[in-house]
This record gives sequence, C-alpha cells and structure tokens, in this order.
Amino acid sequence: MTEPLIALDHVSMVFKARRGGVKAVDDVSLSLEAGEVLCLVGESGSGKTTTGKIVAGLLKPTSGSVRFRGQDIWQMDKARFKAYRRAVQIVHQDPYASLNPIHTVFTILATPLQRHGMVRGRAEAVRRVLELLETVDLTPPESFLFKYPHQLSGGQRQRVSIARALTVNPELIVADEATSMVDVSIRVSLLNTLQRLRDELGVGFLFITHDLAIAKYFAWHGRVAVMYLGRVVEFSPTPALINDPQHPYTRALLAAIPEPDPDLTRRKGKLQLRSLDIPSLLHIPPGCSFHPRCPLFEAGLCDVQRPDLVPIDEKRLVACHVVARERTGTIAKHAASPVGISSDPVIGADLGEYGKESS
Amino acid sequence: MAQAARPGQLELAPPGLGQRLATAVKVFFRLLAHSKAGFLGFLGVLFFVVLALAGPIIVPDAGRPDMTKIYQPPSLEHPLGTDYEGRDVLKQMLRGGRAIIVVAVLAATLSTLISIAFGALAAYAGGWLDSLIMMLTDVVLTIPQFPLLVVLSAFVKLDRPWLLATLIALLSWPTLLRAVRAQVLSLKEREYVEAARALDLGTTRILFGEILPNMASYIVMSFTIGMTAAIYAQVALYFLGLAPLAGENWGIMLNLAWVRGAIFYKDSLMYILAPVLAISLLQLAMVTMSRSLEDVFNPRLRES
Repeated sequence: MTEPLIALDHVSMVFKARRGGVKAVDDVSLSLEAGEVLCLVGESGSGKTTTGKIVAGLLKPTSGSVRFRGQDIWQMDKARFKAYRRAVQIVHQDPYASLNPIHTVFTILATPLQRHGMVRGRAEAVRRVLELLETVDLTPPESFLFKYPHQLSGGQRQRVSIARALTVNPELIVADEATSMVDVSIRVSLLNTLQRLRDELGVGFLFITHDLAIAKYFAWHGRVAVMYLGRVVEFSPTPALINDPQHPYTRALLAAIPEPDPDLTRRKGKLQLRSLDIPSLLHIPPGCSFHPRCPLFEAGLCDVQRPDLVPIDEKRLVACHVVARERTGTIAKHAASPVGISSDPVIGADLGEYGKESS
Repeated sequence: MAQAARPGQLELAPPGLGQRLATAVKVFFRLLAHSKAGFLGFLGVLFFVVLALAGPIIVPDAGRPDMTKIYQPPSLEHPLGTDYEGRDVLKQMLRGGRAIIVVAVLAATLSTLISIAFGALAAYAGGWLDSLIMMLTDVVLTIPQFPLLVVLSAFVKLDRPWLLATLIALLSWPTLLRAVRAQVLSLKEREYVEAARALDLGTTRILFGEILPNMASYIVMSFTIGMTAAIYAQVALYFLGLAPLAGENWGIMLNLAWVRGAIFYKDSLMYILAPVLAISLLQLAMVTMSRSLEDVFNPRLRES
C-alpha cells in the first residue's frame, strides 16, 4: 500500500484558555492522496482552519501525528521538514491581509523563487513571474508586475496569493476559504482557475469552506469531511454526501442552502433542529456534541456515549449512533424528508447529471 | 504554459537601485509637501543639520575672551551681544549646535537599535527569552531615568560625545522596545507572514523583509522622538553642570549664562534666550516633521 501524501492520525489541538483549554480540533483522522481534492466543511468554530494549519505544518497539534509520505513531520530532520514545508502551501481567506502591502507583485513572487534557487538572475525571475501570473489568469501579466497589492482588486490579489503558493511547486494547497471573501461573480472564475491547476499541474487541494455549494462545485470528484465542533462527523465522497447525506448535521447544512427557486424552497423539506445555537467550544456537550440540536436525539445514548466515526459502507464514514445502527442493522430511511437537491446555477449541470444517475 | 519571449519583455527588468532611489526621493518630497507643517518641520530640521555640519567650519573659533566687552547688548558687531567673558554669542550659537545634535543622533540610533533588536527577538522567540527581556525592560522602565543619569554622571566622566550618548541611550530604550515587541507580536500573526513561513523564506527574511518594513514609519517617528528626549536630557545635564563644561554648545551656554549671572542684565536678554530658542525650535521642527512622516511611509499614498 502506498503511503498517502498527508495523513492526520488522531490529531487534537487544544488552545490554552483562561479555564482549561479550548479543544479546537478533537481526534481528527484524515488522509489525502496526491492530487486529491478534499473539502473540509463546517460552520465557523468547527476547527476547519485549525485543521488546515495543522496540515500545512503551521501549527503543531497537541496530540496525534501528522505524516507526510509516511513520516511524522514533527520528528523529521530539518532538510526533510523544509521539503515538506514547500510541498504544502496555504492560500488564505482574506485577500486584503494575505499580501504584504509594502511589496510589489514582482517582489512577492520573486522572493521565494530566488530564496530557493529556482531562478538565476533578474531576467529569469521576471520570466518565471510572468509565467506564474499567466498561470493564475492575470493577463496581461506585464501590467501586474510592479503593482502594489492595494492597486489590485480582491480577486486579483487572491490570484497573486495563489501564484505565490505555486512558486515553490507545491503538491498540496490548503485553500482556507480562499474564495469566500471575493465577489460572487469572481468566485466562479477563481474556482475554475484552481480547478485548472488541479487538472494541469496535478496539485492536490485541501479545500476549506463553509459553503457546501462550493464544495459541490469544486470537489465533485473528491471527498468531503464535515466538521462540527472540532470533530469530523461525516466523511464521504462528494456526490454521495450531497445526494444522500447521512449525519443529521450534514442534512441540516444541506437543508440550509437557499434555493434560487422559491417553489423549490417551499417544497424542500425543512430539517427541524432542536436548537439553533452552536454550543460554546468551552462547554462542549457530553456524548455526541451535536445531541442538543439533533432531531434524531435519543436520550441515554447520544448524551452519554460519544459516537465514533464508523464506516457505514465501503466509502463512507459517519459519527452517529442512530445512523450507524440503522445502516448496519435494519436499513431504514430514517427521515421522511428528502433534502432538496440544489439547483444552484453554478452547479446545475453537474448535479443534473448526478441526479439522473441516482434516480 | 511555456511562454515565448514577448516583445517588450526585456524592458520589464525591475528598476535599478539608482532609479529607485531617485523615485523614492521624489516621492518623499511630494508627500512631505502634502502637509505644510510637516514640510516646514522638515526644512527646520534640515537647517539645523546643516548648521551642525557647517557651523564650526564657518566659524573656526569663538574668539578670545575680552574683559572690556562683557555683557554687551546686541549690536552690529555682535548681533546677539557678548557673553560673560566678552565673546560673541552668535559665533558660539553657530558652533554650539553640532555637539548637541551629534549626541542626540547617536543616542537615538543606539536606543532604537537596542529596541528593535531585542524587541523583535523577544516577540519572535517568545518563551523564557521573552520573559527575561521583558523583565529587564520593566526594571529599567521603573528606574527614574533622569535622577539615575545625574547619579551616573557623577561617576562617569562624560567628556566624550559617544559616552554621553551611550548613557542616555542605555536609559531610554525600554518604551520603544515594548512598542516594537507589541508590533512584531501583532504583525507576525498576519497572514502574509504565515504564508512566508509556509514558503520557508527563513526567519531573517521574514523579520527584515516582511515585518520590520511595515513598522518603518513607527521606527522613524520613535527615532525623532528619541532625539528630542536625548536633547532635553543632555541640555539638562549641562545646565545642571553635571557634564563637563568643555567647548561650546547650547547647553553649556545656557549653564554659563545662568551661573555667571547673565539673567541679571537687561542687555543680556538675547544671550540667554538664544540657546533656549535654538533648542526649542529644533525640537519643534523635529516633532512637526515626525508627524508628516507617516504619510511618507504609507504605501497607499505613494502612488499619485
């Protein structure tokens, strides 16, 4: 068996707080193959960004191990760690904070190239930077070369960020809400650029988002991990997750996607959560952390015993007592309300196809 | 995606150092001119710097004592009058700026260097090193600085400018150090610093290439404020007679005018006011200039 590119093994991250600690990431295990797209989905505070930073080696988890091609990154020697560092890059959410305001686009992109001896001399640096700008669809690249970040739009900055990540030829890009702060009109073209990088350069993505529609669009051929309060509650290939969500939290998330068609919205089954408040990370509920909100809640089980992430078929993992019991025991459709399939124009085509397959 | 050399690409070489310096100077003046007060302050500082450099060259010596001409009122021959031993006050004024400004620049440079080096180190290293540096800082900060300076000057013979400057610098770094540390702590959490870490650019490059340039305006402003503090400190030392009264400078002039009784002569008004005014104007010029320096360092204002 070949080693995955990156594997998180029972990783937890506790941040120190006044009383005790905040468990931002709780016993998460994930693995990512080279060139794969994995989406991390969840509300704010679910530990997505922390997980992303752990994958990028920017945070050291308080327990558990992160392995890069089978080697624990925090036990590596310096040279290997540097190689890993360069293999995994990060693109941040806020295009206004992720570029240093005092440097021109050329400096931002040429510095890592020169630092790692990937270009020799100015002329070659200019040529390579122009190439990178073209790769991320900033055309004509010449006009961006000596611009300062404040002279660029949010979308353009985000492209510069992506180009910067590409300077060191990474194998994996952690895209932390990389599209959520740009205008909707720009978002699709930015996603298309990323998708092209994946197809043409074979770059893998850990795509962190709170928007399932984007996960659908970007990671259709990949997998999605749904996170809730620091834990992965469902881990499954994207089409299966979108069309047949298992965990009640995933179903709630999908049900919350607004539909452009009002008739569809009215017909769409609403999932009644028992509470709309996300519990504080300082007081995570015992047992299943979702139980105070869960429509499938069973007293004496869910509020006592913590569900493990268990396989319900060959490809899908769910952390829910009720679903696991139903799927592995008597397989019954537990909710009468089918979650409406989004007809989001962005993903309509893709979903249409899938809808045919599954019906 | 391989790209052929396109026409005009060769001209896209980044501007050379000379060209960049020229633009920087041009932009500097344009931005300074933004604020009239700032520009006046800049001109004032320029005037005093030129005075400090050229004064002792224009006036090679302050003349010999002449007891027949003591405490004379301003006249054509002596525009600011004469001092207690009959020497020309204007000549002394022209010669007396250099020592003050040299010590101020030395002291401010030294204390700024200490603050940046150790402030950045504390913030970046963290842990016990941070605690140690901050403890030292707090200790120095709680010491009443001027009284300590007074006590120290009794033990150290402050007859060298760098000695005086070092002494002042060693007492004035804590405030700036705390500010530098706080800024580095905040800047190092920025996303572009995180990206630089992921790109493995190295600590030196991250600190000097990504973090410190973003604090340039703050550092330059602190430098000017450090200079004003150093000027006050040394003038006070001279005035109190705690630093050796050798040579001419505005502090010594003030001391002698006071000690030798010039304040009792109506004719000596200009004698005693001249150093006071010069010191105040220099301070005013520096403070006004530092206020408009923020414009100069703001990259958003750089483009017209």
